[in-house]
Amino acid sequence: MKRRDIFKGAALGLALAAGPAAAQDQTYTIGVAIPSATHGFMGGLNYHAQDSIKRLEATYPQLSFVLATAGDAGKMVNDIEDMVATRDIDALVVLPFESEPLTSPVQAVAEAGIWVTVVDRGLSVEGIEDLYVAGDNPGFGRTAGEYFAENLNEGDNIVVLRGIPTTLDNERVEAFQAAIEGSGINVLDMQHGNWNRDDAFNVMQDFLSKHEDIDAVWAADDDMAIGVLEAIAQADRAEEMWVVGGAGMKEIIKRIMDGDPRLPVNVTYPPAQIATAIELTALGLVSETPVSGRFIIGSQLVTPENAESFYFPDSPF
Amino acid sequence: MSDTTLAAPKRRRLNLHVLGPVLALVALIILGASLNSNFLGYGNVTNVLARSAFIGIIAVGMTFVITAGGIDLSVGSMAAFVAGVMIMAMNSMIPTLGVGVPLILAGMAVALLAGLAAGLLNGFLISKIGIEAFIVTLGSMGIYRSLVTWLADGGTLSLDFEARGFYRPVYYEGILGVAWPIIVFAIVAILGELAMRHTPFGRHCAAIGANEQVAKYSAVKVDRVRMGTYVLLGMLVGLATIMYVPRLGSASGSTGVLWELEAIAAVIIGGTVLKGGFGRVWGTVVGVLILSLIDNILNLASIVSPYLNGAIQGVIVILAVILQRDRKSAD
Repeated sequence: MKRRDIFKGAALGLALAAGPAAAQDQTYTIGVAIPSATHGFMGGLNYHAQDSIKRLEATYPQLSFVLATAGDAGKMVNDIEDMVATRDIDALVVLPFESEPLTSPVQAVAEAGIWVTVVDRGLSVEGIEDLYVAGDNPGFGRTAGEYFAENLNEGDNIVVLRGIPTTLDNERVEAFQAAIEGSGINVLDMQHGNWNRDDAFNVMQDFLSKHEDIDAVWAADDDMAIGVLEAIAQADRAEEMWVVGGAGMKEIIKRIMDGDPRLPVNVTYPPAQIATAIELTALGLVSETPVSGRFIIGSQLVTPENAESFYFPDSPF
Repeated sequence: MSDTTLAAPKRRRLNLHVLGPVLALVALIILGASLNSNFLGYGNVTNVLARSAFIGIIAVGMTFVITAGGIDLSVGSMAAFVAGVMIMAMNSMIPTLGVGVPLILAGMAVALLAGLAAGLLNGFLISKIGIEAFIVTLGSMGIYRSLVTWLADGGTLSLDFEARGFYRPVYYEGILGVAWPIIVFAIVAILGELAMRHTPFGRHCAAIGANEQVAKYSAVKVDRVRMGTYVLLGMLVGLATIMYVPRLGSASGSTGVLWELEAIAAVIIGGTVLKGGFGRVWGTVVGVLILSLIDNILNLASIVSPYLNGAIQGVIVILAVILQRDRKSAD
């Protein structure tokens, strides 16, 4: 049913973008270019992009949107060129598939006098975009690290699952390590679980065979947390340790809401940041509100008390 | 250069160089045991064997496809797709069947049928329409991967919580302490070995892989046998999925990524010839075990930077194959 809605939404978006806009003096078109929904996080991002476009179109009749999703950097460049050439966009919201290949096409857009909002991944040349909206990667690691430091005792043992080896992952892990420094917590092991459930399951099974005493696990991602929890359940050691994931997957948030002792907290890295970017861009066009600059969305600690405000049951993520 | 299953005098020589992968496996086991005392513990052995089962079951089917001179790049995506279809089918059947044995059996039937249909489609395009196996399965690899992402709406398909709890023992429990995936993998491997060595189907696969024209003139039904290998592989992918779904109860666009390459690597490490004509099912089993042991040992030992895991894996895979080729050319 949701899949049908996507088509409907896309068709509606196209129809609105193509047709003459409502009876307002000044009409604007905003182009939105994002990666396609190939995994959970991007699925959530696509959902929030469509959701905020729907809401804004209802609120501001003078706005219309062009949404394009791309499976690779080349397609994204084509999409952006098409938006400028044929749809005459007034603003572009882009989550660059990769920084390098997208830099000069986006620069060309900015030089044509079009407002540019860059989301999540920066471009490789500074100062192109008018507005930068992103999650806080060091904050993501630090928030988790602070929770570990506060809730574990000196001499307690933890294991860490890392993501795919990237600078993003390094920033998170370094901030985590800095936050637990001096707390006396031992990091027994760190391995890459590649933000993947199956890989995390295997790595955690091996950690459990290798280490007799583990007090907590930083799984750093909710997909990995699911694999980790399953491995712990298999080894029948659930009483021994708790797990902290990250990013705010709805299934995990639900379990935190229900007070699962195995999952005390979560750290957000919201896919809804695309909504922030689109809303701010729209606001800048339709009003006098100044929106240029940098908007870094803090990584928040989700606890059983506040989990409800992070729970989006309709989102695929 | 290419081995054939014919020529009786060659048998003795084969027996010598088949030792390559076995030696590599033994070396890995010794290395693992010396690095960590838990390595040969019941828990770790069960973990490694059970997680080998998915790739292992698929790799047995892949052995037949490669022996007959084909290749199938779509199995990883196919497994993800079959898992997605199976989960959706089971979720939708809960209101009518309730949570119980009939639901699980129906889910298994759906997985096997989906695998069969997917294998049939690959086999049909390759053997009847005559398109290169590499291209057909490269195409279907992309198709199944997108389909599962689309079915999951970019997220994850999860089995109903209660059904999951009921189905879970299929991965985690077994008979006399041997987990079900291990039992199923062992049965598939034994039947595969028998089929390869002692049935006309196995011999025809080797004949087609060695020389298609000669096979055709020898009254081998080339199209039908070739189609059979892809259908068999598709059904084994379905079977592997039946073992996979109860483990985490979910499927997404990132399920089964690169399984096809692991399966192909296991087949080649085991001594099957990549261009066809000779296949060895038990060798494939050894290959699968080597691949999962490398991962396991790297996790248990953490002797090197985890960034280098892929490199170490690559070196061991190549060494295992060199060991076997060296002996072959030395003979």
